[in-house]
Amino acid sequence: MVQQTLRQKLEILTDAAKYDASCASSGTAKKNSLGGKGVGSTEGMGICHAYAPDGRCISLLKILLTNHCIFDCHYCINRKSSNVARARFTPQEVVDLTLNFYRRNYIEGLFLSSGIVKSANHTMEQLVEVARILREEHDFRGYIHLKTIPEAEPEIIHQAGLYADRVSINVELPTTSGLTRLAPDKNAGQIEGAMGRTKARIVEAKDERKRFRHAPRFAPAGQSTQMIVGADDANDAAIIGKASRLYGDFGLRRVYYSAFSPIPDASAVLPLKRPPLLREHRLYQSDWLMRFYGFAPQEVADAAEADGNLPLDIDPKLAWALKFRESFPVDVNRAPKEMLLRVPGLGTKAVARILASRRHRTLRLDDVARLTVSVAKVRPFICTVDWRPTFLTDRADLRGLLVAKSQQLELF
Amino acid sequence: MTAMQRVGFGSHYAVHLPAPDDFAFWRERARGLVQCDVPPDRVSWIEPGGTGDLFDPDGPSRGEKRLPAPPADPRPVRASQRFLTIARSAALHTDPARFGLLYRLLWRLQSNPRLMEDKADIEVRRLEELAKSVRRDAHKMHAFVRFREVAEEDGTPHFVAWFEPDHHIVRAEAGFFMRRFANMRWSILTPRGCIHWDGETMREGPPAQRSDAPGGDPVEDLWRSYYASIFNPARLKVGAMLSEMPKKYWKNLPEAELIPQLIAGAQAREARMVASGSLDRGERPSSLEGLGAAIHTCRNCPIGQLENRAVMGEGPLGAPLMIVGEQPGDQEDQAGRPFVGPAGQLLDDYLQAAGIDRSTAYVTNAVKHFKFTWKGKHRLHQSPGAKEIDTCRWWLEAERDLVKPRLVLALGASAARGLLGKTVSITKARGTPMHLEDGTELWVTAHPSYLLRLDGPAREEQARLFAGDLAAVKARLGELAG
Repeated sequence: MVQQTLRQKLEILTDAAKYDASCASSGTAKKNSLGGKGVGSTEGMGICHAYAPDGRCISLLKILLTNHCIFDCHYCINRKSSNVARARFTPQEVVDLTLNFYRRNYIEGLFLSSGIVKSANHTMEQLVEVARILREEHDFRGYIHLKTIPEAEPEIIHQAGLYADRVSINVELPTTSGLTRLAPDKNAGQIEGAMGRTKARIVEAKDERKRFRHAPRFAPAGQSTQMIVGADDANDAAIIGKASRLYGDFGLRRVYYSAFSPIPDASAVLPLKRPPLLREHRLYQSDWLMRFYGFAPQEVADAAEADGNLPLDIDPKLAWALKFRESFPVDVNRAPKEMLLRVPGLGTKAVARILASRRHRTLRLDDVARLTVSVAKVRPFICTVDWRPTFLTDRADLRGLLVAKSQQLELF
Repeated sequence: MTAMQRVGFGSHYAVHLPAPDDFAFWRERARGLVQCDVPPDRVSWIEPGGTGDLFDPDGPSRGEKRLPAPPADPRPVRASQRFLTIARSAALHTDPARFGLLYRLLWRLQSNPRLMEDKADIEVRRLEELAKSVRRDAHKMHAFVRFREVAEEDGTPHFVAWFEPDHHIVRAEAGFFMRRFANMRWSILTPRGCIHWDGETMREGPPAQRSDAPGGDPVEDLWRSYYASIFNPARLKVGAMLSEMPKKYWKNLPEAELIPQLIAGAQAREARMVASGSLDRGERPSSLEGLGAAIHTCRNCPIGQLENRAVMGEGPLGAPLMIVGEQPGDQEDQAGRPFVGPAGQLLDDYLQAAGIDRSTAYVTNAVKHFKFTWKGKHRLHQSPGAKEIDTCRWWLEAERDLVKPRLVLALGASAARGLLGKTVSITKARGTPMHLEDGTELWVTAHPSYLLRLDGPAREEQARLFAGDLAAVKARLGELAG
């Protein structure tokens, strides 16, 4: 075989990694390179160094160590039976790429994952080796996210957490039956077992840090996971339920959703229709409702339509409000925070502003307009001193009034 | 004690700031002015090269007075922590009215210490907006500065970047880059001034021009490769990209030169899919006619690009039996109908013998185009590959979805793969029904062309098996109908 150049390998192994949704680099321990030998800092907020035309943020160098794989998961472009081009980096090559990109301020750090070669343990050791060289030999203090392989020995996964800011284990599919059918080499019990162990380690390390200043950090940015949406028949209500269980059981920072996107050389077992991208967006919105807006998983599920899926034309918060109109209008001058958070069009920041300013004045509709992004969206659901949405919340065609007109994308 | 007693009616003061981002200087002067009870409409704030408060009708020329000396026992000037934090950012904005706004708010804070909480107040809101756009500019600077490596005379690498901030943020953001690249030698050149770090000390320099910065860096090629490869053309969202990475930043980002071609490539891909009627394989045509029209434009596999035409299945909607062959042959390609060549005639004979009326069945192929190689003037049949069958499966499923047969008969391994998505052995699979994902019954038998290739006892044996399979299908159809 002709020797691949570094650039060819980079292209193949980037292409193979792009189906991973996460590129977050936020929420880790603060560190910088003052007094050290290398480069790197993390100051809490992640930074998106570029945006691709798919609208996604590029924060990390997101690559696979290799896309050779002994597993045969149907939804995955790198599965054994797929005939994509294969390539393999050495750990040193990944280290050099990371540092060269980092020094030029292209990235916040590295997100390294890998196909399984030889064995889960061997692969995991290679991933850890990259992180070790970066941290120990180059004193790299940027962000490292390592994908961990649940089939690997807990001891090696533990090593990963000591070097990485974040570790993640993909649950892959929302249902166990989907996993069994589409990822025959994976095991739901094993995946959750590994997530449970990682959670325990994170909690332990945090506790030790409180008592011993120099106790080693373990994945200070926590763990996350990813679910593929639309490859099996789980509806949104089931996915939301699964996600909230994962948040609860494993203390996850984030559950990422990846709309199953038609991959080249797809397996024939997969559905031939891809889910609308909007579905992924609606799931993220419902995720936000649960994390920041005080919605219970069941309440989000209530907003879903009869088939258990969230409506695509309106966001889940508006869907909930339209279903439970008896809770509206909300008086912005009196209502408690929990109720203000339920108003479609009021975000957490707008609610905080309303709460702060209503101590100083009785809010009029103009005031609300200054505090929110779009008063038109909020108006049907609130009342102020000078505004009541007469009959509006009772109108049968309210949904039609609020749904954005669909628009053709402009040529660019 | 009133303002008028101390400073006199009509006095106007102009404060010249030494630098547009000198918050500390503003703070000190503002404190003094408040202590002297100078109301906001009597002060102009002028930055270097500026003409002061544009909204002051009289202009600063009226009163270039020395500032009054604060009283001997000045009362303390107070401002909330929140105001200080926000004001520090807002002071870096390029809006020439910013210092005037800051002073008005400071003035009002003296009588209303909790003013900053009143988010609906127009001036509070304006201050927050200014601070927000400065924060955003700073964040974009952290993100979009791109260093290029140049070797200094002593051989040490020096990383130099050219950046064009919207606001006066360069000095304020030096710390971020120092903490991040503490052990590197770097410079950030901007039209609002430069900062240089040599690993130990920070130096400031006068404004620079783009031509002062290096023109390229070999690592940028790798970075562009990464950028192009991480982009997923199946999900184009140009608006989302533009809102976070507006075009004004593009000229200084090495990767941005790829954006037009990446978008054009993704749109061409989308256009191809629309042309092939499959709309990114998202929506299937809703009628057999629509399907028949759409398959002609399918170029999703190499077979579609040969000199051939697509051959659609034929038969009634709702046919209880669907017969699937491999692909059209030379004669089918010319006629535009399935199973009209030698294999088709043989199939007709066997169907008749089994008592199955072909006209009540839906007959089609796993692959819709004829795959061949030229041998002289003749087109020589070639078997489709697994990939091609899997690609064409989308059409077959679309047909099956419309026709909704009770029973599907796959002729040969290619047809079976097209229906099941995996390769099965005919010898093992024949004779017993299988079930497709939606529960439809699938029977598998040999392809009639297989019989044509055999002779003697082998052919007799296969013919017997084939006839047997068809008879079993006929019987099963009777049961399903009953």
